[in-house]
Amino acid sequence: MKIVVTVKQVPDPNSNLTLEADNTLSREKEVVLDPGDECGVEEALQLKEAHGGEVILVSMGPERAKDAIRKGLSMGADRGILITDPQLAGADALLTARALAAAIKAEGPDLVICGTESYDGSTGMVPPMLAELLGAPQVSFAKKVEVDGSNLKVHRQTADGYQVVEVATPALITVTAAIAEPRYASLKGIMAARSKEIKQLALGDLGIERGEAAETIEGLAEAETRKSGVVIEFDGTAIDRIMAVLAEAKVI
Amino acid sequence: MDFDLTSEQQAIRDTCRDFAREVVAPAAEELDRESKFGYDVVRQMGELGLFGLPFSEEYGGAGGDFLSLCLAIEEISRADTGVGITLEAAVCLGASPIHDFGTKEQKERWLPDLLAGRNLWAFGLTEPEAGSDAGATKTRAEIRDGSWVINGSKQFITNCGTDISAGVTVTAVTGKPNGGRPEISAIMIPTGTHGYHVLESYRKLGWHSSDTHPLSFEDCVVPRENLLGVEGGGYRQFLHTLMGGRIAIAALSVGLAQACLDASLAYAKERRTFGVAISKHQAVQFKLADMAMETELARTMVYRAAVTYMRSGAETTDEARMLAAMCKLYASEASKRAADQAVQIHGGYGFMEDYPVARYWRDVKINEIGEGTSEVQRMLIARLLGC
Ligand SMILES: Cc1cc2nc3c(=O)[nH]c(=O)nc-3n(C[C@H](O)[C@H](O)[C@H](O)COP(=O)(O)OP(=O)(O)OC[C@H]3O[C@@H](n4cnc5c(N)ncnc54)[C@H](O)[C@@H]3O)c2cc1C
Repeated sequence: MKIVVTVKQVPDPNSNLTLEADNTLSREKEVVLDPGDECGVEEALQLKEAHGGEVILVSMGPERAKDAIRKGLSMGADRGILITDPQLAGADALLTARALAAAIKAEGPDLVICGTESYDGSTGMVPPMLAELLGAPQVSFAKKVEVDGSNLKVHRQTADGYQVVEVATPALITVTAAIAEPRYASLKGIMAARSKEIKQLALGDLGIERGEAAETIEGLAEAETRKSGVVIEFDGTAIDRIMAVLAEAKVI
Repeated sequence: MDFDLTSEQQAIRDTCRDFAREVVAPAAEELDRESKFGYDVVRQMGELGLFGLPFSEEYGGAGGDFLSLCLAIEEISRADTGVGITLEAAVCLGASPIHDFGTKEQKERWLPDLLAGRNLWAFGLTEPEAGSDAGATKTRAEIRDGSWVINGSKQFITNCGTDISAGVTVTAVTGKPNGGRPEISAIMIPTGTHGYHVLESYRKLGWHSSDTHPLSFEDCVVPRENLLGVEGGGYRQFLHTLMGGRIAIAALSVGLAQACLDASLAYAKERRTFGVAISKHQAVQFKLADMAMETELARTMVYRAAVTYMRSGAETTDEARMLAAMCKLYASEASKRAADQAVQIHGGYGFMEDYPVARYWRDVKINEIGEGTSEVQRMLIARLLGC
């Protein structure tokens, strides 16, 4: 099975996020492979280990996004593709999806695995757009995937439980963190990743143009700060008062 | 001049840092308290590839370099120096001499399991009457009926008594040419060889999660092919082995110094006296500043010594010797100061085993003793200065 995993380099979740003057996220600081994508890479590797095939990582970003690809290669993926072009700076979800789709189409994979949403942008729009552009069915929120010939049985997380959905390949799935615990890149894997190919593509190579932005950021507002809670001192009536608060909040 | 680590070195450091935080650190307190060898931790270190890190792929190594090994030892030791020394001794003292001086047969027989961490190999140099003066070895080996027969004893040997210890390389006197210095050779003795006794483990001040025993040899017989390197080459070989070992011990010291800084900084920001966090008191700030500075100086020195050692290859250059001695000396003493101040910053709590700094303080002392005491490092430096 030929599997493409889309991977993105994002600011380290353990660092403080700051914005640039144009309201885009600052990517100056420590950057890492998106933790959600790490789960996707792990799932792809497990599918490959069980059923054979190839795992290809595709990313769009600046040159240094190679480090994120390299991380996935050290975990065991076979090769990488980096779409990088000055014209792609500040790309919106649609442009990102168009660029990824062009690169992925050329590979003709059986399965495309995406994170549910990126850690930084969190729009969650790229995977459905990508599926549409690839003309592939999309199954979102996958927490388990079983391969059945050329079909996949996907356990799809919902608010109340999970659905079991069957889908024919080629397909695109978005995965939740529950899908697989990412492995450590072994030290051998890190050294081996040095000699794995990362193909670099520019917009011209993909035969697409930047075009008009589908989305622009109009403005930004601070999130409402959370109100501090109520402290109920233990004085004999405390339990009744807590019950009253819970009842009022309709949680009991 | 370029002080940046390569992207592989950074990736190795980051992976080891995550692994140390998630696997080594949670086990450290119990292994220390119960003086237990961390089999489960060591198994996972083997799977990660730590025991084969600086060796070629040919025998199952990862193909990393010596500096990467130092980065790994630093990160593991930041969580538990007992586990750090297990790794250091296994790689620098156990596997490296076999890799560097062994025959093809010896390498093929032993290295795959050692590099995978399935087995550990020990190095027995120190004796009851030969420590700093390692050339004063009393253990003897002679050829009888075509085999080596070894008699003598060894002291304080790391990694020789675990369930996965496969053997020990010992230095032994094998002859006395022309009445000169005794000829010393290195001989490999597999665990379980008749006449090779691993005696009861020591009760140590620190490094509780590491394995240390005295050894004795009574008419212990091994085949002639168990000679490691050339006959009479033992002394030169262990000088080479110890040079890498010293830099690695310095890396271990840096990890411990960093752990002291991590714990002290976090504590100083939490603990309040006289209405403010103690990190607002200048006396505490200056301790933290000194710890941070000395840790960074020691780290820089380790990197420089490691790179020089790597470049010098099999040659034992004076520059590499000098830097190895300097970084071992400085890092071990800096880590001792850091552990001392870490306990001080924690006040009475630092004296309690509930806080990790008490363990750091017990663990740190050995850094100034093992693989050449501070006095010996100063002697080496002075000798290289031409004194
Ligand atoms: C936990 C632990 C693990 C160890 N693991 C190993 C191992 O795996 N393999 C191995 O071979 N060894 C191992 N050792 C031994 C270690 O390397 C020696 O303890 C060390 O080299 C010092 O030798 P010594 O203990 O005999 O001290 P001594 O040589 O007796 O020294 C005593 C004191 O005298 C000082 N001194 C000695 N000579 C001089 C001099 N000429 N001038 C000034 N001062 C001097 C020393 O610096 C020291 O302060 C280990 C030791 C410990 C404690």
